[in-house]
Amino acid sequence: MKRVGLLAAIPEGSRERLMELGREVSFPVDARIFEEGSRADRFWLIRTGTVNLDIHVPGRRAAVVETLGEGRLLGWSWLCPPHQWHLGAEAASPVRAWEFSAAEVLALCARDHELDHALLTYVVEVIGRRLRAARTRLLDLYGPYGSGSDQ
Amino acid sequence: MTAVPLPYRVVGNRAETTDTRTVELLPVGDGALPAFRPGQFAMLYAFGVGEIPVSVAGLRDGVLTHTIRGVGAVSRALCAVRPGAHVGVRGPFGTGWDLATAAGRDLLVVAGGIGLAPLRPLVQAVVSMPHRHGRLNVLIGARTPEDLLYRDELEGWARPYCGVTVDRAGTDWRGQVGVVTTLLDQATFTPHDTTAFVCGPEVMIRATARELLHRGVPARHIRVSLERNMHCATGHCGHCQLGPLLLCRDGPVVGYDRAQPLLAVREL
Repeated sequence: MKRVGLLAAIPEGSRERLMELGREVSFPVDARIFEEGSRADRFWLIRTGTVNLDIHVPGRRAAVVETLGEGRLLGWSWLCPPHQWHLGAEAASPVRAWEFSAAEVLALCARDHELDHALLTYVVEVIGRRLRAARTRLLDLYGPYGSGSDQ
Repeated sequence: MTAVPLPYRVVGNRAETTDTRTVELLPVGDGALPAFRPGQFAMLYAFGVGEIPVSVAGLRDGVLTHTIRGVGAVSRALCAVRPGAHVGVRGPFGTGWDLATAAGRDLLVVAGGIGLAPLRPLVQAVVSMPHRHGRLNVLIGARTPEDLLYRDELEGWARPYCGVTVDRAGTDWRGQVGVVTTLLDQATFTPHDTTAFVCGPEVMIRATARELLHRGVPARHIRVSLERNMHCATGHCGHCQLGPLLLCRDGPVVGYDRAQPLLAVREL
């Protein structure tokens, strides 16, 4: 796997120790990877394919709010309480990924402070980037001029 | 370039989306305007209603093509023109994308919403001359799948990559959802040897340029198309002033090395 995203952000020794905890998994297209509200006890690094993040809308099919592709981190809810997924995830195409157990990674972080810092910094960056993207989309930039207002 | 609109005949008018149409024009008689270049714009005059600037969206076979979103009185009148009707045209105005200076380099075309229209003739020119440039990556952001322009043409633009992402998707959309910069991960380009062409809302332009700079594309090789209230189109009235630039004359396409400090000023 080429070193992009999280793997590029972690120092070499820590990266090797982290990767020892990873296991290769694959998901066929349309497979549900996790459900909104369920326990967040693992995360994935996407090697190939794309994953849709969605929100449950009562009475309708789940609404897709973001697509994650190669090299992206899938899941950060495992890192902070209440350790529940706040979105659902579904494979939009065949996906290959590294899967990590949150408990194992957190135990490793307790011993490896360099990894702990790099991982936390990376996840905060990811959350920040996704927050900026969500705010940008709230502006409805591609809508007609004045859309979103009552003008 | 003329100060007086020349009459052009409408030879085509097709729907792109619910509020956007592509209009094709041919000169009446021998009075054609000089050739337009991709990235330039015309002043289109709907007789009896008014005149607006519209970028060229196609230049094939002498047909002047414009994609127009009906959002005001003039644009709605232009969207409603029937084949055989006449409109007035002035131009060509402004700087173009200047594709010639990107020869041999990888190309990144990043479009947001109706911003794809001015980039279409550039992409068409690149596709028609595949050996003149490096890899072509076309990244498109749209509001919804229904707002996507030129959907029949996109497959032919993947040299090697043409990606689409939308802000809001229905249940039948199988493509990506998110901001257009997320598509950069799937594009293949050598940053220091890449020229980027960016058109869309200014917030999207700034976000895209910031990401491209972060990835190592030099600011002078990021060309952005800026929009201000153009009126005379000849650099006299000052309506389209952005700092020291009159965008109808010095733009709309500007290198990001010039645009970046100007876009950072709140009052401009």
